[in-house]
Amino acid sequence: MDRIPILKMGRFLLVTIQVDMHDRLALALQDDLTARITETGARGVLIDISALEMVDSFIGRMIANIASMARILDAETVVTGMQPAVAITLVELGLDLPGVRTALTVERGMRLLRSVLRAAGELEEPSDADDEGSDAGPAE
Amino acid sequence: MPVQRSDALPIRNASDVVAVRQLVRTRAQEAGFNLVDQTRIVTAASELARNTLDYGGGGRATVQVLTETGRTGLRMLFEDEGPGIPDIELALRDGYTTGHGLGLGLGGARRLMNDLRIESQPGKGTRVDTVRWR
Repeated sequence: MDRIPILKMGRFLLVTIQVDMHDRLALALQDDLTARITETGARGVLIDISALEMVDSFIGRMIANIASMARILDAETVVTGMQPAVAITLVELGLDLPGVRTALTVERGMRLLRSVLRAAGELEEPSDADDEGSDAGPAE
Repeated sequence: MPVQRSDALPIRNASDVVAVRQLVRTRAQEAGFNLVDQTRIVTAASELARNTLDYGGGGRATVQVLTETGRTGLRMLFEDEGPGIPDIELALRDGYTTGHGLGLGLGGARRLMNDLRIESQPGKGTRVDTVRWR
């Protein structure tokens, strides 16, 4: 069966969903991610869904489950790149993804995860030294 | 109302649900729906196809492009020979589920489409007939 690849980058896990997932693939991702969080001690999970043209209640629930399970395993989850049409449809469908952090781009998502670690006193890097400064704005 | 085009697909497994989504996306694009409407229709198709699979034990989807004086519609029919829905009003209520889902499928699909009708006979099956107009 196909699997969605999970990349490790420092203390974070990165997932880019590029395919129209069937339900078993979504469930496998949920299981694989929680296993990888435990194995690696990752402190953050970034899920990029910019290629997803649709999020239905099943995929929405999978995303919310990943965020809940990650939180229990002491990792923060951020979902990035949701297309506007997908966001509109999700709200109309009645799904509001409670407890899921979102960011518009992968860069902002990474910054959000780093800021969570920094706030917990676990990141020594100077603040935003490696970010582009062009879109500095209010905290996300 | 004249049917411009009609395709039927079986719904027997999770991959068939993806195939239904893709057919609906193609037909909605061809019919000239904008991106937000395409996304609404495809999301409704996904919810209803999953219901056919999970609660109806499988069945089929029929996707039609309709034209009526000056307007175009996309119609989707989902039919199964499953156990049926005893109380349709209850099944449409958000949060109600007899399975493991969130209970947003039918009610959510009704919000995403313009018209959604359910016919169901306990023991005989369920037919969901829904249209969105452009």
